[in-house]
Amino acid sequence: MDISTLSAKELGDCLFNKEISVKEVLDYTYKTIEEKDKDINAFVSLCKEEAYERGSVIQEMIDRGERLSPFMGVPIAIKDNMCTKGIKTTCCSKILENFVPNYNATAVEKVLDAGLIVVGKTNMDEFAMGSTNETSFYGPAKNPHDLEHVTGGSSGGSCAAVAAGEVKLALGSDTGGSIRQPSAYCGTVGFKPTYGTVSRYGLIAYASSLDQIGPIAGNVTDTALLLEIISGTDEKDSTSVKRDEYDFSSVLDMDVKGMRIGIPNDYISHGLNDEIKEKINETAEKLKAAGAEVTNFDLGLLDYVVPAYYVIACAEASSNLERFDGVKYGFRADNYEDLHTMYKRSRTKGFGKEVKSRIMLGSFVLSSGYYDAYYLKALKTKALIKKAFDDAFKNYDLILSPVAPSTAPKLGESLSDPIKMYLSDIYTVSVNLCSLPSISVPVGKSKEGLPIGVQFIGDCFGEKNCLRAASMMSNGEA
Amino acid sequence: MEFETVIGLEVHVELATKTKIFCGCSTAFGAAPNVNTCPVCTGMPGSLPVLNKKVLEYAIAVGLATNCSITQYSKFDRKNYFYPDNPQNYQISQLYLPICRNGHVDIETEAGIKSIGIHEIHMEEDAGKLIHDEWEDTSLVDYNRSGVPLIEIVSEPDMRSADEVLKYLDKLRMTIAYLGASDCKLQEGSMRADVNLSVRPVGSPEYGTRTEMKNLNSFKAIRRAIEGERARQIELISEGKQVIQETRHWDDNKEYSYAMRSKEDAQDYRYFPDPDLVPIHVSDELIESIRKAQPEMAEQKQKRYVSEFGLPEYDSEQITSEKPLADLFEKTTEICNNPKKVSNWIMGETMRLIKERKLDAKDLKISPKNLAELIDITEAGEINSSVAKEVFEKIFDEDISPKEYVKNNNLGNVSDEGELERIIKEVIEENPKSVEDYRAGKKKAMGFLVGQTMKKTGGKAEPGKVNGILNKLL
Repeated sequence: MDISTLSAKELGDCLFNKEISVKEVLDYTYKTIEEKDKDINAFVSLCKEEAYERGSVIQEMIDRGERLSPFMGVPIAIKDNMCTKGIKTTCCSKILENFVPNYNATAVEKVLDAGLIVVGKTNMDEFAMGSTNETSFYGPAKNPHDLEHVTGGSSGGSCAAVAAGEVKLALGSDTGGSIRQPSAYCGTVGFKPTYGTVSRYGLIAYASSLDQIGPIAGNVTDTALLLEIISGTDEKDSTSVKRDEYDFSSVLDMDVKGMRIGIPNDYISHGLNDEIKEKINETAEKLKAAGAEVTNFDLGLLDYVVPAYYVIACAEASSNLERFDGVKYGFRADNYEDLHTMYKRSRTKGFGKEVKSRIMLGSFVLSSGYYDAYYLKALKTKALIKKAFDDAFKNYDLILSPVAPSTAPKLGESLSDPIKMYLSDIYTVSVNLCSLPSISVPVGKSKEGLPIGVQFIGDCFGEKNCLRAASMMSNGEA
Repeated sequence: MEFETVIGLEVHVELATKTKIFCGCSTAFGAAPNVNTCPVCTGMPGSLPVLNKKVLEYAIAVGLATNCSITQYSKFDRKNYFYPDNPQNYQISQLYLPICRNGHVDIETEAGIKSIGIHEIHMEEDAGKLIHDEWEDTSLVDYNRSGVPLIEIVSEPDMRSADEVLKYLDKLRMTIAYLGASDCKLQEGSMRADVNLSVRPVGSPEYGTRTEMKNLNSFKAIRRAIEGERARQIELISEGKQVIQETRHWDDNKEYSYAMRSKEDAQDYRYFPDPDLVPIHVSDELIESIRKAQPEMAEQKQKRYVSEFGLPEYDSEQITSEKPLADLFEKTTEICNNPKKVSNWIMGETMRLIKERKLDAKDLKISPKNLAELIDITEAGEINSSVAKEVFEKIFDEDISPKEYVKNNNLGNVSDEGELERIIKEVIEENPKSVEDYRAGKKKAMGFLVGQTMKKTGGKAEPGKVNGILNKLL
């Protein structure tokens, strides 16, 4: 059997019908990782022993005819900022290099309960701070479509692992585009659900009010099914919401007839790469042909989204990352005279440059005397952006937009100009500021052969609309 | 120049919840280090706080009892500072929208009733404890206390003397203890008071520079610290020096305070709303249900005991000083309908034994039923007062049934009139001189004869009855 050509759902069916065993699937997975990951660097740690152990338990259940989920026995990769009990969880930072959590993140727990098998932890920008995966302590993951290019970030490892066929499913987290942008760069499907849909318990926080875990897969169906598995209200996370329903897959066969889809004018004029603009137009035409009403409109405020996002995200990060101090766990500097120097040296050596920049920026905007001018102003800006989206969703069921201004840049091009890198988040951060769901789907490739993705942004709890359009687009592609 | 002291208090009260403020760990005191901990209260990466609803209810209850307005849209904020007893390196507290604001409590002063303003009450988490090992030159941390719920009650600078401060604290203590929200023990740290104090020339409209005094572990220490700090500031001013705004640490053994940190090195806590917690919406219904469940407070009870039961004001004040005593009084009175006697037992023997046994009123074992029974049998003359005291002590320690105890130990009065008469006749025969004296009009002789009868019965005769029989026989 050629596992490489199967979707995760098909693989789940084969496992359940005993056309293939869990062990065979794991053997295949680790062999593929061994072959490909030397180049791609998608994984920062593997948990073979745990995977085979869990695999034999799952096999026994399958043998008894039990089925926990469509993905029972299917391998999955977890971004390294989600706690995995007994398995190193580093956030790709030196400061957590040796940190082994004693509990599972709720999303990980749900994946395990559904019978999936965690095979390893994936590369990411340090503490999810970065748009290229280049700030990782373990070196960048590389784009499987062209190893000279970045995967995007911060969930670069998860997207690269799926794109390279090492796994069919992965979890990522998205604070300002960290699932959608690497998905667009790597040609995977990535879904950032409405804030609160997936529990954040056990997700090592970057910016608590923006972070959201979501699924990454090779196609829309697998993405929707994985979201069904990881979503749900959680009493351990005060910000998790109780939704009326957690069905996402029932709309996958629906068409887009009558859907009102808007394209914000400023999203396709602002220095957007021509090839991507072309793909947006093609997508709009396909949707129209399938019966959707697609029109352009003015959303506005685009110049303010990146500054508002970085002020809020860094403010929260500066506080969230205070717990990494060398006292309780993680890296502690060798030489120190007293408490103060221990803190200072451990944090100076433990954090990378980008993380330190953001901690400093965040500490600054929260300082007395600057709080009103920066942090409060950013919150007010966020409220205005939210209002603009609320108004848009009075007229539209969905917003179609680019994911990033360009295809995946070359390795080493981005970090030298952080402002440029931050600005590349321009199409993705609003979604987080406004708690909206958005799915990134591949719609083709550039002349260079690099994937291009578009995103469908829904109103809060409008995941089904996102999935209807995404599924139509990918069916067309397939 | 005469100076006036201006004092405001920040009082931290540990709430009596079974579990911590943001996780399910026990708040029990005295466990081995780090036993009552979990990822949340040790600040593990990825852990998230979830508010314990009971903390909110207690905070609202204290707010209502201190005449505060309740903030119906309230939030938690993070106070950022690095210290190892604080596992996240930020404390979850409330700065911008505290749960209660603008309250007051009334205290009695020599000049009459005085209202002490309450600026705000906010909820927050306690920190862990550092233990410094001098021998090993290391410090260890115990997170059992990390996440124990606190409320901080911030007063207005309305107090002018140590007396007023102690009255205010006692009023808070009693109110909060009545609510069951905390046991408020200064010595054990479940109530902690920081004193903000400044002095100014009498009549001056402006406040002087204030200092904040910490580490005050008893009412006595608070009084001494206030008096010491007042004197220190007046001395500085008299010498033409300046009072520096700073935090000072009181050493009660040395009766001396030293500066901990000045305003200049005050930290910037970078407060901002905690994004891990959702805003708290307090409904009218919740406030009403808490208001309805408020117990009758000491002050009301005091007045009611005077008007309803005719107790003297002093007695009423004593009995209501601790809620368990007031509860015992009310329940016992309900059964035996003899408020004055119940009050006497509580003010006398009960309080004496509590003190002697070094107990807490809340640990009282006496059941109202048994105390009422004791009062009934004493009143009925079935036992005399010295036996009653003995029986009471047994009730106090073991809550025994007085009737059974008296019966089993044969402590009842000689109740058979014939038997008593026979004994008295013996006494008369044995003491002809006294009989003669009595008949000659020396009334004192009667007392002697009663005494002799009591002696013969081993104290188990009722003096009134003995008197009657003697009168008849003589």
